[in-house]
Amino acid sequence: MKVRKLITGLTLSVCASTLSVFALAQDTIKVGVLHSLSGTMAISETTLKDTVLMMVAEQNKKGGLLGKQLEAVVVDPASDWPLFAEKTRELLTQEGVDVIFGCWTSVSRKSVLPVIEELNGLLFYPVQYEGEESSKNVFYTGAAPNQQAIPAVDYLMNDLDVERWVLAGTDYVYPRTTNKVLEAYLLDKGVAAEDIMINYTPFGHSDWQSIVADIKRFGSAGKKTAVVSTINGDANVPFYRELGNQGVSAEDIPVIAFSVGEEELSGIDTTPLVGHLAAWNYFQSVENPANEEFIATWKEFIGNDKRVTNDPMEATYIGFNMWVAAVEKAGTTDVDAVEQAMIGITAPNLTGGTATMNKAHHLTKPVLIGEIQDDGQFEVVWETDGLVDGDAWSDFLPDSKPIIADWTAPIKCGNYNTTTKTCSGQNY
Amino acid sequence: MKQSGVIRSLFLCAVTLCLQPLLAAEESAEPVVETGVETGAETTVEPVAVEAAAADPAINTSSETPQAELVVSPPDINTLMQNLTQASLSEAIDIVDQLEELGGRTMLPLFQSMMDGELYFEKTTLQMARISKDAAGVDIVTDPLSGDPIADINQENLDKIRVNNRLRGQLREAVGRINLMEGSDDQRLAAAISMLSSVDEDSKPLLQEAAQSEMDEEVLAVINVALAMIDLKTTTEDQVRIDAISKLDGRLEGPVRNLLGTFTSEGGNNTASPEVRTAAFIALENIESRVKFYQLIEQLFFGLSLGSVLLLAAIGLAVTFGVMGVINMAHGEMLMLGAYTTYVVQQLMPQSISASIWVSLPAAFIVTALVGILIQRYVIRYLAGRPLETLLATFGISLILQETVRTIFSPLNRRVLSPDWMSGSWQYNAALSLTNNRIYILLFSLLVFAALLFILKKTSLGLNVRAVSQNRAMAKAMGIRTDFVDAMTFGLGSGIAGIAGVALSQLTNVGPNLGGGYIIDSFMVVVFGGVGNLFGTLLAAFSLGMVNKFLEPATGAVLANILILVFIILFIQKRPKGLFPQRGRSAE
Repeated sequence: MKVRKLITGLTLSVCASTLSVFALAQDTIKVGVLHSLSGTMAISETTLKDTVLMMVAEQNKKGGLLGKQLEAVVVDPASDWPLFAEKTRELLTQEGVDVIFGCWTSVSRKSVLPVIEELNGLLFYPVQYEGEESSKNVFYTGAAPNQQAIPAVDYLMNDLDVERWVLAGTDYVYPRTTNKVLEAYLLDKGVAAEDIMINYTPFGHSDWQSIVADIKRFGSAGKKTAVVSTINGDANVPFYRELGNQGVSAEDIPVIAFSVGEEELSGIDTTPLVGHLAAWNYFQSVENPANEEFIATWKEFIGNDKRVTNDPMEATYIGFNMWVAAVEKAGTTDVDAVEQAMIGITAPNLTGGTATMNKAHHLTKPVLIGEIQDDGQFEVVWETDGLVDGDAWSDFLPDSKPIIADWTAPIKCGNYNTTTKTCSGQNY
Repeated sequence: MKQSGVIRSLFLCAVTLCLQPLLAAEESAEPVVETGVETGAETTVEPVAVEAAAADPAINTSSETPQAELVVSPPDINTLMQNLTQASLSEAIDIVDQLEELGGRTMLPLFQSMMDGELYFEKTTLQMARISKDAAGVDIVTDPLSGDPIADINQENLDKIRVNNRLRGQLREAVGRINLMEGSDDQRLAAAISMLSSVDEDSKPLLQEAAQSEMDEEVLAVINVALAMIDLKTTTEDQVRIDAISKLDGRLEGPVRNLLGTFTSEGGNNTASPEVRTAAFIALENIESRVKFYQLIEQLFFGLSLGSVLLLAAIGLAVTFGVMGVINMAHGEMLMLGAYTTYVVQQLMPQSISASIWVSLPAAFIVTALVGILIQRYVIRYLAGRPLETLLATFGISLILQETVRTIFSPLNRRVLSPDWMSGSWQYNAALSLTNNRIYILLFSLLVFAALLFILKKTSLGLNVRAVSQNRAMAKAMGIRTDFVDAMTFGLGSGIAGIAGVALSQLTNVGPNLGGGYIIDSFMVVVFGGVGNLFGTLLAAFSLGMVNKFLEPATGAVLANILILVFIILFIQKRPKGLFPQRGRSAE
């Protein structure tokens, strides 16, 4: 099976290269794909590379864009953060791509930022992130904290009557910033400081005994307790396993995760996870014709019936469609024209709503809370009434409260202080 | 979402209203109970019901009197069960309540299967069915109440009955209440314990009844604690309170501590008299000191358990690096190969997860030992005495192995299941429980260590290994095939790493990066223990595990790791040869 995949991959790439030679002659629009295909992040990012390739193929079937065919240029930054910057430079200067879809971790995005601003490129970033950023050259199609973390906490507080909070995360920028926002939010809501426990662990942490014992102890104080987890990737499996073994069930202490999706669940034994929660803007299980079509196309494209779809894939889907619409609206692929055309562009999302690109380069999204089922899918137990507008600068941190991002005239700034009425000049 | 809920409940009401006249005719005259769902229906859905009834002549005959729709018949179990299939998650909570009230004990299998997510319903007839797996893993469809098999049902037409956390919690409580009277010893105990956190005046009659019929001392003790808690909560008389507190003294359950805590707190809403306060304070102190003691034991166990994982990770390296002196950067990948062997074995025998572990152990040993021998014969042999080149070559091999696994099995983690006897925990008392998988792995690591020690000290291979590692030239002169011994030793070390990989597959992710996470730890343990000394490795693993677990609560996991590494660097500065350096001529 693997061999066949390899062969199809090879033939595909051969086809692609012959196609690209053929297409070059006809002048194509180049789409850069900047996702790690090797190293630790390959596990998540390879899927997004395939998603972009699928979208490009679909668009070409529809007759391309502005009468030209699209051509995907795939590079491999190999989960190496400085390499992301180099590959961006390569894509923009040597390949001359018109747009880049890429990055997963925040640190890779931060590494790309100076290059993409210097060379005036265009990046679509499809992953939920910690906010506190808005660049002229980047469109953030994943969730900002107010589109994932804050509604999730609201759900726990209002629907599950949670009074005591464990904020557990992996020790890097996304969990730290998110937890800072969440802590400020909880204190603001009247939660006492001693009812919040914050815990960080290293990447790939596998010995969760003491931490789970601590959580258990913290949760036995007679108040309903929940864990808000920004634990990343691999460390989740031993964490949930330890919870299960120590007898902490989802009914007693539910764990709500921001980084556990269908893709992550497909590789693990889900028995100890059943009933725990995740907050996303999309679940594969959402019943909607557009979603069913997307899933079918994906399974056909990837040639595997067992592959799942997830939230960053939906974000890629929305971002790609928005970019296509913006290029058509602007009539050109010129970055400045497309950037202005992007603002206010709408595109259907896969859960039955419509995503709109706002002035801060963020999207409107529904927020869904799902419970993990034993088949690795999510059962939606709650969703926001309407769409939530992505807020680049959190209103719950004192430093960023007065700051807004607005890329329309006359402000045209990603870091504009509304009290001093100045743009910091620093764009990210 | 909301809209579909409304439509669903409208539909449901229509169905119930159509059925009611029929049911009312059959049922005995029970008191009329109005349910939330149905009262809402009377006004809104009446026309629909009439229409539907008119369309069906059979129903039409029995609903000729116009009042028939308005009289709400008592909800019977069948109707409720049908309602449950169509109810939204929040409506389901009411229905489960009514079912418990009506059905009581008979509802137990239904609730149990619903809680386990095994409950389905036929989309058209709304008949409920439970799908469970028999010993061979084949689906069997049974009636959730009677347990009789249902033969004529097409699984394709079945839809799952959805449950969420709140519902699961409610079901668990309901099952607890039922079990408290009639379950087995373990079930009654679990039910009584789970009731502690939510006892109030309403649960008093049930508990009193249970106390009278209870024969098991342990369960009775918990029920008495629950009763004492109710007394303490509901009364305002000092003497009753103090009596209740004296009954609670020495109990380690969390809810007891919380309740006593409310009487000792300084807050304004604490209206207890000074005597009650003192009594509560003394009881609480007493309990807390016992809890602290058990926490210490728990922490010791955590340390031992982390130590056992370190020992498992390092023990293979103690042979290849420690005894042979090969800086083997591919050691982590041997762990990984062992874990993947477990995965493959499980894929081959999916019906018997428990047995697969026992098959995996020799399989992993053979696979990794062979890989180890190949590496030794074709790479390391040619690099003897050149540590830097060996390091680079084995590092290269580790990358090759990682990428090979990534290509064969995909970069995604693989799913390795735990056998039942390895999940869950061993409950000593309310304050101390030790997880089973950690207990087994601790014992297993010691067993592996003993086996390795036996091989090295008591077998001829072990004798040869020691001879070659102490003085290669002399051993060769004595007629020992040093090449063969080298290959065997490397194979032994790798094979043991493979066995360790089987154990690790039960604790952590099985993925291409598994080895990378343990390679540093392994070297750390071997170097700290003293290269070439197996007991040093044992002691180093357990002491590092212990130190880490005692640091962690104070510093957090990240800082604890850093501190350990700093400590090792300083230690190596002072004693470059580790805890137990080899002495004598063989050390040179």
